[in-house]
Amino acid sequence: MAGSEQPELHRLTLDNGLRVVLAPDRSAPVVGVSVHYDVGFRSEPEGRTGFAHLFEHLMFQGSESLEKLAHFRHIQGSGGTFNGSTHPDYTDYFEVLPSAALERALFLEADRMRAPKLTPENLANQIDVVKEEIRLNVLNRPYGGFPWILLPPVLYSTFPNAHNGYGDFTDLEQATLDDCAAFFDTYYAPANAVLTVTGDIDVDQARGLIEKHFGDVPERPRPTRPSFAEPPPEGELRETHVDAHAPLPALAVGYRMPDPVNELDGYLANLVLAGVLSDGDGSRLQQRLVHRDALVTDVNAGAGLFGPFEARDPDTFSITAVHAPDVTPDQVLRAIDEELDALATTPPETQELAKVTARWSASLHAEHDRLVSRTLALGSFELLYGDPALVYQLADRIASVTADDVAAAAKALRPDARAVLIVEPSSLESNSAEPSSAESTTGGNQ
Amino acid sequence: VTAATHRSAEEIGRTPHGPRPLPDLGQQRGRTDLAHVDTVIGNGLRVLAVRKPGVPLVEARLSIPFAGTDPMHPATAEVLAETLLTGTRRRDRVAIDTELALIGGELGTVVDPERLAISGTALADGLPTLLDVLADVLTAASYPDTEVRREAERIGERLAVARTQPRVIAREALQRHRYGDHPYTREMPHAEDVAAVVPEQVRQLHAAAVLPRNSTLVLVGDLDPEQVVGQVEQALAGWESERSASVLPPLPMVSGGDVLLVPRAGAVQSQIRLSAQSLPRTDERYPALQLANLVLGGYFSSRLVENIREDKGYTYGAHSGFEFTGGSATVQVDADTATDVTAAALLETRYELGRLGLVPPTAEEVESVRQYAIGSLLIATSSQAGLASQLSALAAVGLGVEWLTGHPQRLADVSVEQVAEAALRFFAPSRFTGVVVGDAGVLAPQFEALGGVTVGAQ
Repeated sequence: MAGSEQPELHRLTLDNGLRVVLAPDRSAPVVGVSVHYDVGFRSEPEGRTGFAHLFEHLMFQGSESLEKLAHFRHIQGSGGTFNGSTHPDYTDYFEVLPSAALERALFLEADRMRAPKLTPENLANQIDVVKEEIRLNVLNRPYGGFPWILLPPVLYSTFPNAHNGYGDFTDLEQATLDDCAAFFDTYYAPANAVLTVTGDIDVDQARGLIEKHFGDVPERPRPTRPSFAEPPPEGELRETHVDAHAPLPALAVGYRMPDPVNELDGYLANLVLAGVLSDGDGSRLQQRLVHRDALVTDVNAGAGLFGPFEARDPDTFSITAVHAPDVTPDQVLRAIDEELDALATTPPETQELAKVTARWSASLHAEHDRLVSRTLALGSFELLYGDPALVYQLADRIASVTADDVAAAAKALRPDARAVLIVEPSSLESNSAEPSSAESTTGGNQ
Repeated sequence: VTAATHRSAEEIGRTPHGPRPLPDLGQQRGRTDLAHVDTVIGNGLRVLAVRKPGVPLVEARLSIPFAGTDPMHPATAEVLAETLLTGTRRRDRVAIDTELALIGGELGTVVDPERLAISGTALADGLPTLLDVLADVLTAASYPDTEVRREAERIGERLAVARTQPRVIAREALQRHRYGDHPYTREMPHAEDVAAVVPEQVRQLHAAAVLPRNSTLVLVGDLDPEQVVGQVEQALAGWESERSASVLPPLPMVSGGDVLLVPRAGAVQSQIRLSAQSLPRTDERYPALQLANLVLGGYFSSRLVENIREDKGYTYGAHSGFEFTGGSATVQVDADTATDVTAAALLETRYELGRLGLVPPTAEEVESVRQYAIGSLLIATSSQAGLASQLSALAAVGLGVEWLTGHPQRLADVSVEQVAEAALRFFAPSRFTGVVVGDAGVLAPQFEALGGVTVGAQ
């Protein structure tokens, strides 16, 4: 959005520490409600991979005032839709409903923030459901977990950054009810959360309802957030993963990038660089790798393994490509390095930047137009940046990235400080029996 | 890292205050009117333009009936869709992308056995450019030889990837099982056909089939509908033909029968895909059937999800939903389940199909799905992109804004008895057929015991 026409925003903090963002918009009779908790899979303990995501599932399984299944029934029976998702640094829960159901949604979120019902039956049931989710998204399909599960262990060396956020089956099966209780008491404190309410609301009425339902959630200390910093790689790190389902080889190149929060302008230069490299037929890597040299079927460059603005430091810049069997990974890497060199030496043209800027502007407008994505963006920017209004300044900030900034970003993507993950198809006679240690992803609840 | 001392799970789950009552629903405002123009312009194209400001964007959805019976049609159509935007007499591939990018725009194409769909978006003030590029590719796409060759190669590689996806394997098997060799089954071309496509065939197909008559263009966004129709009329004036775009021949009715087990050795998870004949949106019994379907598996709080996911943990997601094709419709019931519980999941799914008719949805269940159907339609159409896609699907079967705005009332008028009738009539297990893709070594003996399943050849 242009800064001059910034939509109305209100922020407040309840006595128990819960941060609240209100963004009224009466243009359609629907409301969005989300709660972001400041804990993601980077915070889960060793031996408990996948726990943050498993716990997200459990938060849908009932609370003091709500039997199992009641949460879904009340949201959908009021005409609404819901979901939740687990990210590296946060976990979100959200619903969009006809505006008549606003108080109901606040009640449901408050009840599980205050007193979720954590039972052995629900834990066992949701371990089964999560294992089916992992089979669906990782184990039983080609390129499962590529690159989000497979690249981090090559690029990073510490457990929080390197491990599989979907979880190992063995770890999931060992999760106990006491783990759940400890996780909730530590991380799901109101002071560690952000509530966002958007859409067809009256601000004063919404404030009253929020105080009514969340005001008596008892205060608990906000946990100290550890640093996940680790030094960048000193050299090129390479690993090969054999994929029993993949028909074509693929590769992912991972680089470290500027701190998304404390070096935002450098981070945005990387976003623009990603656009210059791979957004549209006129972009550098599309032209070179797909069309001119015909080395790859598809190529993509981007900031963040789940998209931008999803994580704190350290975050990953990645380039992924699927290519023909007779092309070697080094051919692809050489072409990528040449294109990065060219950009580092000769900054991009004004028109190249204008293209990226206009597409970002349009895509930010489109995100704002979908109430669910608007709600989640405001909540995550409050959580990660302490500034939801930044959502509306992004288009201008991106437009002010210069050609020299992009050249500098390209120069920093060095061949001697990166990870290369190579995916090789196995022979046709694949044995896709279930491995005891699974790969993973996070994702939605439904 | 977690707190050294913490409460037990039991302590966490209760407060001194005790359980609290669920708040009532408040007052619901209705949606604002959708100012629109729905008209057929001079070249026979139906244009539906809807004003929906909010963000300064426009969404465009062009839908061209694109059926063909020639065995090479699916391959040629796929190459056409992938190369339509790679050059015209005035612009090459990069020029097209550049002009679109500078207006924050995108154009994309998808082809299936029924239609060629061209979707676009742009900043609102870029609409004239978007229409100009669209008109250019519709009237003067040149299909350069090098682009056609390169894209055919890439399609071949993508097809190889797609055909390793279990959901694609299951879809192709279901289509063959339901419809044999009907053109509707040819959703993905054969790689060898794609490799054999020559540029001249693509140019001929464009001339013969990319036609305005029978096609629909939906535009939604920050626009003035009256003015936009004039702009479209002017921009697309050169796109004309006396002939009409080619509509898919009617599909045969799906009749009930054995489920086919499609072997996939070593698979850790199976795909269950059941299907039965259903009703199109224009049938007066459709609203009741829509509600019956939601109770079965059309939303998370459905009988099927609560049974095989939330009670038994057999699946991450189970779902039932309609597939609308021309003037007809089918319903699909899907679940992906671990191999060792697949047969049990199929048994439970059949049980829920039978139970829907015999123990029909209660008044409470009907009220819940009614609210969900009305609310989720409101939510899905509250964004420009969501509204444009919804209207494009409706326009393709001759419906429009009036159907959309009238549907909440039709849902409100459905009685519990009408839902029960629809459930008994259309969800009887005997009306269903389908496929299961999975490890036959484990599944075949169990299915043999269960009955109603035929084991297919490896």
